[in-house]
Amino acid sequence: MKRHIEFKDTQREIHYFRVRLALSLGFVLLLLLILLARFVYLQVIQQRHYQTLAENNRISIVPIAPSRGLILDRNGVILAHNYSAYTLEITLNKVVDLKATIDELAKLIDIQPGDRKRFKRLLADNRKFESLPIRNRLTDDEVARFSAQRYRFPGVEIKARLFREYPYHEQISHLVGYIGRINEGEAAQLEEDEMAANYRGSDYIGKTGIERSYEGELHGKTGFQQVEVDAGGREVRVLSRTPPVSGNNLVLTIDAKLQEIAEQAFGNYRGALVAIDPSNGEVLAFVSKPGYDPNLFIDGIDEQSWNELNNSPDVPLNNRALRGQYSPGSTIKPFMALAGLHYNKRAPGYTISDPGYFSLPGSRHRYRDWKKDGHGSVDLFKSIVVSCDTYYYGLATELGIDNIYSFFSEFGFGKKTGIDMEGEVSGLMPSQEWKQKRYKQRWYAGDTVSVGIGQGYNLVTPLQLAYATATLANDGVAYRPHLLKEVQNSRTSEKQALATTLESNLNLNSEHLALVKSAMVAVTQPGGTAAKAGAGAPYTFAGKTGTAQVIGIKQGEKYIESKIQERHRDHAWFMAFAPSDQPKIALAVLVENGGHGSSTAAPIARKVLDYFLLGKMPQPLLIEDDAEGVEHD
Amino acid sequence: MIKRRLWQNFIAHLDPILLALLGLLLLISLVVIYSASDGNWFRVLAQMTNILVACVALWIVANMPLHYLMRAAVPVYLLGLVLLIAVAFFGEITNGARRWLNIGVTTIQPSELMRIAVPLMMAWYFEKHEAILTLKNYFIATLLLLLPVALIARQPDLGTAILIAASGFYVLFLAGISWRVILTFLIILVASMPLAWSTLHDYQRHRIMMLLDPAQDALGRGYHTIQAIIAVGSGGVFGKGYLSGTQSHLDFLPERTTDFIFAVYSEEFGLLGNMVLLSLYLFVIMRGFVITAHASTYFTRLMAGSITLTFFTYAFVNMGMVSGILPVVGVPLPLISYGGTSMVILLLGFGILMSIHTHKKLVQT
Repeated sequence: MKRHIEFKDTQREIHYFRVRLALSLGFVLLLLLILLARFVYLQVIQQRHYQTLAENNRISIVPIAPSRGLILDRNGVILAHNYSAYTLEITLNKVVDLKATIDELAKLIDIQPGDRKRFKRLLADNRKFESLPIRNRLTDDEVARFSAQRYRFPGVEIKARLFREYPYHEQISHLVGYIGRINEGEAAQLEEDEMAANYRGSDYIGKTGIERSYEGELHGKTGFQQVEVDAGGREVRVLSRTPPVSGNNLVLTIDAKLQEIAEQAFGNYRGALVAIDPSNGEVLAFVSKPGYDPNLFIDGIDEQSWNELNNSPDVPLNNRALRGQYSPGSTIKPFMALAGLHYNKRAPGYTISDPGYFSLPGSRHRYRDWKKDGHGSVDLFKSIVVSCDTYYYGLATELGIDNIYSFFSEFGFGKKTGIDMEGEVSGLMPSQEWKQKRYKQRWYAGDTVSVGIGQGYNLVTPLQLAYATATLANDGVAYRPHLLKEVQNSRTSEKQALATTLESNLNLNSEHLALVKSAMVAVTQPGGTAAKAGAGAPYTFAGKTGTAQVIGIKQGEKYIESKIQERHRDHAWFMAFAPSDQPKIALAVLVENGGHGSSTAAPIARKVLDYFLLGKMPQPLLIEDDAEGVEHD
Repeated sequence: MIKRRLWQNFIAHLDPILLALLGLLLLISLVVIYSASDGNWFRVLAQMTNILVACVALWIVANMPLHYLMRAAVPVYLLGLVLLIAVAFFGEITNGARRWLNIGVTTIQPSELMRIAVPLMMAWYFEKHEAILTLKNYFIATLLLLLPVALIARQPDLGTAILIAASGFYVLFLAGISWRVILTFLIILVASMPLAWSTLHDYQRHRIMMLLDPAQDALGRGYHTIQAIIAVGSGGVFGKGYLSGTQSHLDFLPERTTDFIFAVYSEEFGLLGNMVLLSLYLFVIMRGFVITAHASTYFTRLMAGSITLTFFTYAFVNMGMVSGILPVVGVPLPLISYGGTSMVILLLGFGILMSIHTHKKLVQT
């Protein structure tokens, strides 16, 4: 270990030193070679790999959301449009203390408790790296105030965004629907449909109504921008840009003014009205009352408003025209009459003597007519005009449920009409098979009796009845009801009209049709159940009243309207088409708890017809509660 | 005549070869700092100032006869030691480390001083005992080295501690410490690794772990390493061109003008640029070795050899860390990175080299 140098040997020492120095040089050269090898590995062998990584680092693809197509009525009136406004948005995972941040923001910008509630709901529904609005439609003042202080709020940004607006608010809401923020389920669906790429950059998607049915037309094509970004993700410059393609504008078959008049005609009543052009299936008005303000939903509805809407006994969120199912009541009678003629069970001149009730052979059970003492001598024409129940009890029994089922199915009862809006329900047209399946019971003769006056198992939607009315008005030639008239390219304004779809031709006997139609015209004339609603009309119109029971009346009990709670009152129906010889419009009106068709539903129909055929603005609505032409079974 | 005479006196103690090589490297420094700072002329001017100050230091030291330097060894070393102890007690804490000492007018980092003071002290010690070097002398020299190294490692500043330990080791190695001692020491070092690991600070462990697998924490601690490697690799053979490094100019690189300046250089000038830089460093080292080999005294040989090897070590560690073969320790790229202290210390070292070379010559002629 010891290295003794007894005497100083400079030469030897220098030799030793130089050996070590040479070793050091070797060490240096070795390490430099290792470095060089590393550089060759990184810069030659792996160069492409790192080149790609560097490109990915600096180039970011930023989607540009397209602007959503407009929704217009048939005359070009805007039902849904976009406007540009500033929003104040928070990205949760960039914020340390959310509550403190919002409290601080509230000192600069008006943030209401409602905004906080809405934001809370958004937070629950969205991922935490998404930028979510705490306030919409900032004023210029607010934008300026925030901008001056923005350094204090990391994770909070002002963004210019396009907003959807529904200028008609509660009106037309069920028809147009609304858009809302894409939720997780919808995101997963888009992923599945391989549409997710087109929705990068889109925050909204159609949730209901037209907005949903025609999402594909309205959304447009997302554009992309290649931007160079720095490590902080800030844009440095744009490298290339593929512009978005705006969504198509939709021109609906709806007449907004007609719709407005129909909605107003309902007053405070709940209900639905569907009006169809019988010659092509265009839906002219599509009302469900009450409506709701779709604007509330766009950026997430606040909890209070949601609870109000959701828990309201009026069920404003239910699209009654599309999804409300009611007993058709006496509106079924014109179709029953046609069936009777069609199956040769009734000749036009055949008369019955109505004692005020009907009993099945061998039974003492009395099926009462709405008129206690009966209508006397009743033929087919009169049976419609006075809405004689006894006539149809007998007719239904003779037709049998199988015939009724197949004839009514032709008119679309118990089937979806195929209208271009999602969520339609099919109503119910009962059959023997159905009852066996549903109740594990055989079909009784009594079931057929009730079906005969529309109070049995059968259920219809207002849309279905309007469709059947239109088919009747058009002599059995049925066009599929539709809400979209034209698709308009928002850039070129090129319009593409939608072809109407002929659904079926029932090949009905024209004499039968003429008879039933003339009876329906008589309904709106003196002596008919809707005489009052038809009074003074300068055009002839065909109609039929109907009443849908809400609660059953026990045998021997009397239905006394004034003693029954409002919500237990019967629903009122009215179906109509006009002018009767060359129908331009066919409609069905349902007024929930409206009592009888003649007093509440028919006047609404009259106002709609007046406006549509005459351009006449309605007088203030007076709903009469007198019992003229009272009908129930 | 007088002018010329003055000029000759002025340059008498400068080594033209070394000076030319240093000049080229410093020129590269200014060029790269301009790019790395996104065209910030102030940064370039500040570096010019650093260079100017460092050159003055170089000139003064180069003209200083060596016995002055030898005389300074003990006081400078002791001063450094006292300052390091003062740091341990009164130092200011920044980023969890106690490295700086506030001396009223300014704050200083005594560990920088030790980069020169430690090899100087050790070379002085060996020169003193040149006649008969026993194991005891090596042991004492090792203690002279380990004392400041331990203090610096405790701050903690592992990078500087290791580099000072390296500079001291070079003195020991060149002074002829026996291979058996070196071997024994290495075995002890390896054996004590687990123990050393347990005394390391979390962030130091993390840096070592990161070297093994930087992707482990790609957006955290591994981020710097990964982005630097991407910069180097994407540079390719010819580089992306001056001022065109995307990694550099889009903020993906950390500490672009200081510790990670090599990534900027490498991205913009590619493998060819790297080879130029490696060659320049190699030439500087070879020139240093020539000076070392011709040094006339034991002290000057040890000093020159240590300075040269330490310079190389700095360059290697920095490039190794940027290219991902060494852990990230805070070591600037010598002569290229922005920074005043480091520049002064480096050129001071080269001043000593020149002094060693030229004063010997004067003695000979």
